[in-house]
Amino acid sequence: RRVRGQTFQHYFKQINLSSGAMYRNQYDNDVSVWSPQGRIHQIEYAMEAVKQGAATLGIKGKNYAVVVALKRASSDLSSHQKKIIPIDEHAGISIAGLTSDARILSRFMRTECLNHRYVYGSPLSISRLVSSVGDKAQTGTQIMGRRPYGVGLMVAGCDETGPHIYYICPSSNFYECKCMAIGSRSQSARTYLERHKDEFKNVEDLNELVAHALRALRDCLPNDSELTTKNVSVGYVGRDCTFTVKDDDEVADYLKSIEEEKASGGAAPDAGEEAMETQ
Amino acid sequence: MAGLFSNSLHVPKNVDMKDRVADFWRTDAESDPVKHTLRPIVTGTSVLGVKCVDGVVVAADTLGSYGSLARFRDVQRLMKVNDSVLIGGFGDYADFQHIVKLLNQHSIDDAVIGDGVYRDAPSIHNWMRCVLYNRRSKFNPLWNTIIVAGKTYSGEPYLGYVDKIGVSFQDKSVATGFGSYIAQPMMRRALEENPNMTCAQARVLMARCLKVLFYRDCRALNRFQIGTVTSDGCEISEPLSTETDWSIGANPSGYE
Repeated sequence: RRVRGQTFQHYFKQINLSSGAMYRNQYDNDVSVWSPQGRIHQIEYAMEAVKQGAATLGIKGKNYAVVVALKRASSDLSSHQKKIIPIDEHAGISIAGLTSDARILSRFMRTECLNHRYVYGSPLSISRLVSSVGDKAQTGTQIMGRRPYGVGLMVAGCDETGPHIYYICPSSNFYECKCMAIGSRSQSARTYLERHKDEFKNVEDLNELVAHALRALRDCLPNDSELTTKNVSVGYVGRDCTFTVKDDDEVADYLKSIEEEKASGGAAPDAGEEAMETQ
Repeated sequence: MAGLFSNSLHVPKNVDMKDRVADFWRTDAESDPVKHTLRPIVTGTSVLGVKCVDGVVVAADTLGSYGSLARFRDVQRLMKVNDSVLIGGFGDYADFQHIVKLLNQHSIDDAVIGDGVYRDAPSIHNWMRCVLYNRRSKFNPLWNTIIVAGKTYSGEPYLGYVDKIGVSFQDKSVATGFGSYIAQPMMRRALEENPNMTCAQARVLMARCLKVLFYRDCRALNRFQIGTVTSDGCEISEPLSTETDWSIGANPSGYE
């Protein structure tokens, strides 16, 4: 009740403010408000949170699904923020956005997987896992007074139908992808992935797939940074291998394998501002 | 539990205090406002199952007994869950119908989602164990023994058994009720002599076992169905019978 009262007060206050004073839109106070253009601004603002997060990307090969992430440190004193979270033996996620929201969602995903294993004795198929997260997240996009989860999840998993990469958006939409990159400066990574997207399904070797992913990740770096064992995280899962996360020294070999190559040096000539088709 | 939370302090004079203490611990299902299963009413007898190299064969007769009365003679105790799984139910038929309803709902849910994911035999077996054990833990069992027969996701034959008390295991041959005493030894010997039994051979074995069960089990009927799960799918036969010879019964001796 109190929340409702405050929202209405806010709304009436806005109408009385001179235009452009405090809010971009009159229709962005609550997620239950549509704009006249048919948009829900709160959801779009939530998707901005993902774009502020450090880059992460995922690629699906023939036998493996790989996620890599650029870890950011909030200061020189603190450690780099963990971005890859194992969910079950056959699935894991990499996050971009609000880490605390990611913890809640990953805890939910873990209990879903665990319950399924207990009742059915077999791993939960990735499509069902992802759609249950989507259903849970959707309530935050429709109920007044709530907010969407401000985190994008890159899900890497492997079930009977093979390896999968899914992207779950703060809007609670989810997309199955051949490959996908999210987070800040991820447009360059998407360009690289788009160029190579038809090769990935034939890549059988795990190291080759990780090398592709790291090359794409390299394009997301801010100026005068490079991929180091401190700021790179690699996660992978396959038909015959459980979800594994590699950090610190364990990624040194992967980095070495792409060291000799030149960075792809920015956007390809035809990359515009349009969103990439990922399926 | 009325006995536990009774506010009555009145103790009849002619009741021994030892009995009152015993009452305290008694969880009498009959005094509960919520009813619990006490005993099975309409029951099915043995279900048999054999795992073969090319699939699984199960068999059950089509009788629903009302105590000692052979009341419902056209009852289907083998049910197809999907193209990979068959179940057979022993025990209370109403509880079996409830289980079938739950399983049909599973199939409907999977069809509605429409992503191609389906439950294989080990998944159904596991789920069945969870349901039956949970019910027994609430002292309200589904009074059944369920045989789960079918294929795993990779096409391997699978045969499992789950009890009303949640006992659950897999084996090459399973049987419930009277069948575990009479048919199980027959099936085990047949599998020992022919470890690579085919479904066709197993069907002959089932018919033989069911014939012996008809001779020996007072709650059996000479009308049965045989279900088979192979790589081609799942099918339950039309009701069959075997020839039996009761001439030996004309002149019994020692039973007068």
